Amino acid sequence: MTDVAIQVNDLRKSFKDAHVLKGVDFDVRRGEIFALLGSNGAGKTTTINILSTLLKSDGGSASVCGFDVQRQSEKVRESISLTGQFAAVDGILTGRENLVLIAKLRGVADARKTADMLLSRFGLRDAANRRADAYSGGMARRLDIAMSLVGTPAVIFLDEPTTGLDPEARLEVWKTVKELADGGTTILLTTQHLEEAERLADRIAILHGGKIIASGTLDELKKLFPPAEVEYIEKQPSLEDIFLAIVGQTGGK
Amino acid sequence: MKILHDTEVLFGRSMRHILRSPDTIITVLITPLAMMLLFVYVFGGAIRAGTGAYVNYLLPGILLIAIASGIAYTALRLFTDRQKGLFARFHSMPVARSSILWAHVLTSLVSNAISVVVIVLIALLMGFRSGAGVLEWLEVTGILALFTLALTWLAVIPGLTAKSVEGASAFAYPLIFLPFISSAFVPTATMPAVVRVFAENQPVTAIVDTVRSLLNSEPIGNEIWIALVWCVGITVVAYFFAVRAYKRIV
Ligand SMILES: Nc1ncnc2c1ncn2[C@@H]1O[C@H](COP(=O)(O)OP(=O)(O)OP(=O)(O)O)[C@@H](O)[C@H]1O
Ligand SMILES: [Mg+2]
Repeated sequence: MTDVAIQVNDLRKSFKDAHVLKGVDFDVRRGEIFALLGSNGAGKTTTINILSTLLKSDGGSASVCGFDVQRQSEKVRESISLTGQFAAVDGILTGRENLVLIAKLRGVADARKTADMLLSRFGLRDAANRRADAYSGGMARRLDIAMSLVGTPAVIFLDEPTTGLDPEARLEVWKTVKELADGGTTILLTTQHLEEAERLADRIAILHGGKIIASGTLDELKKLFPPAEVEYIEKQPSLEDIFLAIVGQTGGK
Repeated sequence: MKILHDTEVLFGRSMRHILRSPDTIITVLITPLAMMLLFVYVFGGAIRAGTGAYVNYLLPGILLIAIASGIAYTALRLFTDRQKGLFARFHSMPVARSSILWAHVLTSLVSNAISVVVIVLIALLMGFRSGAGVLEWLEVTGILALFTLALTWLAVIPGLTAKSVEGASAFAYPLIFLPFISSAFVPTATMPAVVRVFAENQPVTAIVDTVRSLLNSEPIGNEIWIALVWCVGITVVAYFFAVRAYKRIV
């Protein structure tokens, strides 16, 4: 087997007469963090949904861990985990019960232990026995991501994982994503924030007008921009830097 | 087996929903209980229906009304799962697809059984008596379970296709109304011809008459077969459309 975890060739998808994906090509290597960048409505979620077997494409092909998403969808589902754009947690169950539920469905040997481990890892131990619909947006998002890590899938899709999180929680998520990739997990994430892609991704692809218009490492992409602009960005402290300085949080970097 | 295991896990989840929010059972019970009180203690004295206590006559219809309002929650729970993205989560996992629907269907059977038992107990306090033996009670349980199964699969359709919460539960209202135009409250004999034709040929009458005969140890005729055909027929047709609606979203 090759070291390609996700392969997308000429992927096409239309909703009625809205042509969303018009031939998307990219591949993601094993253990890599790959960021799919694009503005609202670019088709990021559509791409992720096709790769996670929720949606059928109209043309082209896509495979995950060597399995075709359409023809071997059951195999694909055994290899992946999806954290959708909006937190998908069972509000009536507690945080712990949510994790135990997923662990049981994934056939994890010790569901309770897995749940406890993830609760501490995501700072949800104190809230573990509270109903998830009483969680703040950020807590629900953390639980949501924790649920995706149950059973250590080989490939994880994260659709805008940090949208709606405060800077502190965002750094936590970034740290987790890095750790997962270091542990060999392949991660495909989507984002609208250049900075997030810059900080996290090994490689970046920009989805625009239904196609990938640019892709490569950050350095490769930077060459596409005029150097003056790069300097300008480096001189300015971002709002986030200022915010973090004020709250006294230096973060994971 | 994977499908049984997944169904069991997901069934445990939705049963937990019910135990966490008992209001879903209480709201289901309020209307049929209020009707039972109203009909027995207010209208009952003026209604000529058979020879025994009116509550004996009324109970089967009340049970069907309770089931018809109970299944609205199945539609609601499916709708919520869809809206909250839980369907998407389960569908992107190695979970047996049919488990997801069957878990909800089983939950509906159990929660409606709880409502039915509560209503029967209250009816006993109100003077309901039955000479039915074990076999008759088993038959009654079977018919009510089949009726619940039929309406539950019917409820799965709006649960999977509705665009709003209201849409997901509104379909139950006509079902709750059906027993009024049947032999559930009064015998059909006094109804005007058109109404009577409808009343005598709709499923509720056959089911109510069968259950009533079984509970009162009266001889049952063809009614039981008509009742069974209705229940099985509705189940098959509703299942077909429910699975089709489900295929469209997975
Ligand atoms: N089920 C659907 N039916 C019809 N149109 C759809 C459907 N899903 C997505 N679309 C359309 O496809 C386009 C791409 O949507 P998609 O959700 O993939 O974008 P996105 O890049 O994830 O955007 P965002 O950043 O806002 O999440 C949008 O124009 C959207 O309206
Ligand atoms: Mg999106």
